[in-house]
Amino acid sequence: MAVLVIADHDGSTVRDSTHKTVTAALALSPDVDVLVVGQAARAAADRAAKIAGVRKVLLAESGELGHTLAEAVTETVVGLAPGYDALLSPASMDGKNFMPRIAAKLDVAPISEIVEVVSADTFVRPIYAGNALETVKSSDGKKVITVRPTSFVAAAEGGSAPVESVAGADAHKAAFVAEEMVKSDRPELGAAKIVVSGGRALGSAEEFHAVIEPLADRLGAAVGASRAAVDAGYAPNDYQVGQTGKVVAPALYIAVGISGAIQHLAGMKDSKIIVAINKDADAPIFQVADYGIVGDYKVVVPELMAALG
Amino acid sequence: MKVLVPVKRVIDYNVKARVKADQTGVDLANVKMSMNPFDEIAVEEAVRLKEGKEHHAAGTVTEIVVVSIGVTQAQETLRTALAMGADRGILIQSDTDLEPLAVAKLLQAVVAEEKPDLVLMGKQSIDGDNNAVGQMLAALLDWPQATFAAKIEIAGGKATVTREVDGGVQTLAAALPAVVTVDLRLNTPRYASLPNIMKAKKKEIAMKAVADYGVDTAPRLTVVKVTAPPTRSAGIKVADAAELVSKLKTAGAL
Repeated sequence: MAVLVIADHDGSTVRDSTHKTVTAALALSPDVDVLVVGQAARAAADRAAKIAGVRKVLLAESGELGHTLAEAVTETVVGLAPGYDALLSPASMDGKNFMPRIAAKLDVAPISEIVEVVSADTFVRPIYAGNALETVKSSDGKKVITVRPTSFVAAAEGGSAPVESVAGADAHKAAFVAEEMVKSDRPELGAAKIVVSGGRALGSAEEFHAVIEPLADRLGAAVGASRAAVDAGYAPNDYQVGQTGKVVAPALYIAVGISGAIQHLAGMKDSKIIVAINKDADAPIFQVADYGIVGDYKVVVPELMAALG
Repeated sequence: MKVLVPVKRVIDYNVKARVKADQTGVDLANVKMSMNPFDEIAVEEAVRLKEGKEHHAAGTVTEIVVVSIGVTQAQETLRTALAMGADRGILIQSDTDLEPLAVAKLLQAVVAEEKPDLVLMGKQSIDGDNNAVGQMLAALLDWPQATFAAKIEIAGGKATVTREVDGGVQTLAAALPAVVTVDLRLNTPRYASLPNIMKAKKKEIAMKAVADYGVDTAPRLTVVKVTAPPTRSAGIKVADAAELVSKLKTAGAL
């Protein structure tokens, strides 16, 4: 049995979620290859080759793959699929976009966002916004799986797998028009050691900037937000922590003015230490917080900044 | 042009799902059910395309067909969509919750009959949380897909879609027909007005059976068990920021 992991990368380096997906893949089989799709992505492929336990790295390049267009990724991966018993990708926005398309082309039931590998055909995944865990056994000959990175430890560095070029497809279905990436010196939300998140209590985008961001910067933290804050327009969508946004598990998670709706808790309850600042002593966030301060963030956050020195 | 919007009846967004004691699933007896929130956003966008609201030219869409696959009560979900402004509904009755692959195959058959120019749908349902049907339908139809839409523009036979990606947004242009799945920021769905709720009662809902479509809906996955996630216990309340910082330092978190 061989497994293909489709890497999450930025062209020059592979994201930590790839290492974590390799760990999940190694639980299925010792024969794990990594596929890097992109354009001018040789550097990322070389980095993937250093992940311990990887047998070989495949590099597929084309213009459309440079933008991770689902149709081109699907064509590329379906072409390689006969050599593999399982295809895995991190449950990134890209992975969520192309993996179900690949599954349908292979006439396979995709298995989304697994948090545990029970055996080669049985997996655990959260459903109902994380309020339940479903253990499913797949009868498909080929498994198509996305992996929730926070549930797996990262595979170590230290490998030296060969890198091999394979054909990269252009599908000519949808065309890339533009891309607008948020430029930030802050760590990436999914991989940050500390996350500071703001909720609806902040009341405005200006207040979100003025309160949450300085605290995050003081701690070298990533910035997150509750769905309510995103819905209200206080924070951009990619800040959203929760079942329908990003799932994070940092060493320290600080929730400011977040009540703790079910769907938010699903996105952060695996954090090592949770701190909650909320003026409502009955807010559900306190039921999962290790340390809680009942108080108005307008008072508590400046005090916290001062106490941090 | 014609838009097809698939909608699903799911546990209400504000209800906490509870696992059954026998670990066979989530207890849905006497639980409030509603339209999947992402599907509401899809219906809203279709209606705005028809009304010519926001940046959409009037008459971009001329007909909105909503389709649901589920129990008889899913008619209520279709009525909600009709009250929001959809024109007619199709209910494919199924007492079992079908897997995304089966749903995509049924929708493929509906598309073959209805021949829409655009399928607009929620990115995921909040029960199964698979985030798969839209992408799978696009694959089966061999249509382009634009998932996680934050903005949609329809003009010149093309859908230009700004999509949520990690770290920002990406804009794609897809020649129609295409499948577009919608994300949170696209719009805020309306509440149907009472007159529109009354009018919706007269709109047509065609009742169908899964067998009418002759597609293979056999499950590929067996649910071994459904369990409650491990609970996290509440910690302590601290008096002020200084005490918090000292506790965090002791715990090695700072």
